[in-house]
Amino acid sequence: MIEFLLDGHSQVAPYMQLVQQVKQGLRTGLIEPGDQLPKVRSVAESLAINPNTVLKAYRHLEAEGLVEGRPGVGTFVRRTLAGPSLAGQAELRRELVGWLRRARTAGLEQEDVVALIQTTMRATFQDDEKREEIA
Amino acid sequence: MNLALEAHSLGKRYKRNWALRDCSLQVPAGRVAALVGPNGAGKSTLLNLAVGLLRPTEGTLHVLGRRPDGDRDLLDRVGFVAQDTPLYPDFTVSELITMGARLNRRWDTPLARDRMEQIGIPLDRRVEGLSGGQRAQVALTLALAKRPELLLLDEPVASLDPLARREFMQVLMGSVADGDTTVLLSSHLLGDLERVCDYLIVLQTAHVQLLGGVDELVNEHKALTGPRRQRADIAGVAAVIRESHTDKQTTLLVRTNGPILDPAWTVHDVTLEDLVLAYLAYPAPGRAVLGVAK
Repeated sequence: MIEFLLDGHSQVAPYMQLVQQVKQGLRTGLIEPGDQLPKVRSVAESLAINPNTVLKAYRHLEAEGLVEGRPGVGTFVRRTLAGPSLAGQAELRRELVGWLRRARTAGLEQEDVVALIQTTMRATFQDDEKREEIA
Repeated sequence: MNLALEAHSLGKRYKRNWALRDCSLQVPAGRVAALVGPNGAGKSTLLNLAVGLLRPTEGTLHVLGRRPDGDRDLLDRVGFVAQDTPLYPDFTVSELITMGARLNRRWDTPLARDRMEQIGIPLDRRVEGLSGGQRAQVALTLALAKRPELLLLDEPVASLDPLARREFMQVLMGSVADGDTTVLLSSHLLGDLERVCDYLIVLQTAHVQLLGGVDELVNEHKALTGPRRQRADIAGVAAVIRESHTDKQTTLLVRTNGPILDPAWTVHDVTLEDLVLAYLAYPAPGRAVLGVAK
């Protein structure tokens, strides 16, 4: 079972933070199909938030087909987001660790790395999309 | 829509001063509503009117569909925790529960005892020996033991430290999840209530400044930034709540009534806190009710 956290200073709405944490859990394989999400009451109580916020997050996940509510029982995971990409992640992660070490040796701070990755990622994905459109 | 509380042109005057004036608002049933405003804005007056401790000078007020003054059947269905949670200091927690059972026609003694146990408050402890946080928890538990349809809390966490605030809100949100109690709680700080409320009433100097569902209010308002200019009509803007200028830039906080497509403006989302602060500073008591009474 996952435990939710809320970042009070985040600009992201609380219900969306819950949605993102479930998706993150599904992507990393932390939660799997059949797993139960925490009960609305216990999330509302432990985070001291409005139960409607939790309900809204669960409905959002339900609308995306990721979970299903079983009346009187709880909310259960229907499918995962990990998919086949999870297998390839170990190899990619090793390469990334190597690259990050080189970046640090080259004198990049953490913030420099994040900025470089974000700008490169945007540019590369945009280029790829354009190429796909042309093709 | 089922309303837990409904006021029309409600006013209360103490001698020459109006504590509340021309106040029209609705709280839909099933919501957790925050009543926010600075000290002296009329929050306690509104709550005291709602439980019949005060009578309106003008206008009407309905609570769960009935007028509160002197209606005992109604008071059975309403829980109220007054500011600073007054409790008899010589009484033990157990004696308070017994007193509650004698004074109320609707009363759930097992619920009261179970909750005290859960939050670790000994039944034989006297009120004077409890911490501020524990006293607030006892007062909340006694109000919940009535199994109220409407729960009114006046500045429930104002005097508590951050940990006690959180514990109080945890218990409150847990019990909201259990039943379909409508909650109306006041605070002079929005920060205390931002995570728990889904409905908002902003009071300022005896008037309602803003009213509506939190999601709707946040979606409806935007911050606009653009090059400095004289303000002209912008398509999609219903009202400008706050404006500020530097020598190069103009920033507006606006209520919208449609999409803002004018390319001169960059549109940003607003937080609930931005919104409340802007309305508290918005000097328009004559046009007070701007909210979306949906």
